[in-house]
Amino acid sequence: MNLFHRHRGLTPYLLLAPGILFLAVFFVVPLGFLAYQSLESGNIDFGYSFTWEWSNYWNALDNYRAQFIRSLEYAAIATALALVLSYPVAYWIAFRGGRWKNLLLLFIVAPFFVTYLIRTLAWETILSDNGFVVNTLQSLHILGPGGRLLATSTAVVAGITYNFLPFMALPLYVSLEQIDGRLIEAAEDLYASKLHAFLRVTLPLSLPGIVAGTLLTFIPAAGDFINAQLLGSTNNHMIGNVIQSKFLEQTDYPAAAAMSFILMAGILVAVFLYARLVGTEQLTGTAA
Amino acid sequence: MSTVAVPARRERRGFFAAAWAFVKRHVLTVYSILFFAYLLLPIAVVVVFSFNNPTGKFNYTWQGFTWDNWRYWDGVPGIRSSIVLSLQIALLASLVATALGTAIALALVRYSFRGRASTNILIFLPLSAPEIVLGASLLTLFLNLNVVFGFWTILIAHIMFCISFAVVTVKARLVGFDRHLEEAAMDLGANEWTTFQKVTLPLIAPAILAALLLCFAISIDDFVVTYFNSGNRITFPLFVWGAARIGAPPQVNVIGTAIFVIALTAMLVNVLVQMRRSKGAT
Repeated sequence: MNLFHRHRGLTPYLLLAPGILFLAVFFVVPLGFLAYQSLESGNIDFGYSFTWEWSNYWNALDNYRAQFIRSLEYAAIATALALVLSYPVAYWIAFRGGRWKNLLLLFIVAPFFVTYLIRTLAWETILSDNGFVVNTLQSLHILGPGGRLLATSTAVVAGITYNFLPFMALPLYVSLEQIDGRLIEAAEDLYASKLHAFLRVTLPLSLPGIVAGTLLTFIPAAGDFINAQLLGSTNNHMIGNVIQSKFLEQTDYPAAAAMSFILMAGILVAVFLYARLVGTEQLTGTAA
Repeated sequence: MSTVAVPARRERRGFFAAAWAFVKRHVLTVYSILFFAYLLLPIAVVVVFSFNNPTGKFNYTWQGFTWDNWRYWDGVPGIRSSIVLSLQIALLASLVATALGTAIALALVRYSFRGRASTNILIFLPLSAPEIVLGASLLTLFLNLNVVFGFWTILIAHIMFCISFAVVTVKARLVGFDRHLEEAAMDLGANEWTTFQKVTLPLIAPAILAALLLCFAISIDDFVVTYFNSGNRITFPLFVWGAARIGAPPQVNVIGTAIFVIALTAMLVNVLVQMRRSKGAT
């Protein structure tokens, strides 16, 4: 232990200093600038001045309420879909994977090895108007003769679900993998059916994974604009699209900055409501 | 579901339980295979369409097989320089972020000091903020300080969002680390630096390598934060974004496939080595 006592006073700070300084200057300080900018008025040609312009926030909420609500809605649906789709597979790998577990997990993260934009473009190809999926749905009369999937909210939600699926599946797997199989056996001895054993033992024990997966999927999904841009139309634009275009195309920085903060606030409120639903211990458990 | 809903006599329940067990065993497997097919479908599309010979500018429908996209992978103006820039940024960002992150991880696991909890929060926050907010806030910083956007702003952005990933990766390894090994080295007369070099560093080397690879992968794939802070420089994801607006050429699929194959091979080797090791151990 003497190794760690000798320079106890200074060494940790010397180790921390470069990295923490970097994060302070390029993560914390920029958030301050963003807050400052969000209360400015003016425009790019005549310059901006700080005037406590709270109306930036109210105007953003007024003009882009639809996009804010749509972002949270799409993110929530995609998160729920990802949970339902990947839970059985995470279960299957955890309890039936045997020594192939790592290989199967590799398949789960395989989409991450293809550039995000390229795999979204691949969905554009798959869902395109003359593609196999649309043709099949048309011949089954699920889609009308002129019906399409691209430029619909279905395509955007499907894209978001696919793109963030591994973020859901991995934490689910980790929590399911840690469950002691004997607990489930005991439950099956005591409860009548396997379904009851699952609902009363396996599901509650996998709750930390569900919580972690939900947060890891919902937060990036709510801020996403790539799926809406490539798979949707302007009717499916999310708040990320608006922030992106305000910053980089219309150079309306104060409004864009205000919207960024509203997005963060929206996510925080959603996470808070979710925490009330599942219990705070679960949430802090994943944060620690 | 019906097994629970129907309050049946004993032998009926036995039958349903058996049926449920059968269904559960096989449905789960079939479902999982379908799930993997769904997961891998877009990847297959990327690979297949890298061999497409599109007639128009849109690479959406299959027209015919050709090797040309692979032979002339840099036949599209701008694609080669975008890949070079992405590789440079990923290499530098992963090296710097891993160095900074490893130091933070060592401090967090090894020492108790004032401000430890807030350091943990500072590391956790960038991981939990939406990317668009990270990109936008950095943009306002650079705008307000009149920084010229380009190579350095991209590099700074990438180091910033990589640090936390590096810290988390190295920390995971350090937590399960046997400190007696270091104490033994000190007892045998090694000083602090020698101990670190000869004992600590080799033991955490796999975690450092993992952090490097993770940062490299995240950096080379990043679009959102880069898009906000790139000025007129174009990384590979930005090239894809620009190309997508006018119809992405099949060369984009070629590079996508190449990145996929390289990453998959590296991971497969890793997994197979692990499997052989665990097999040898049992």
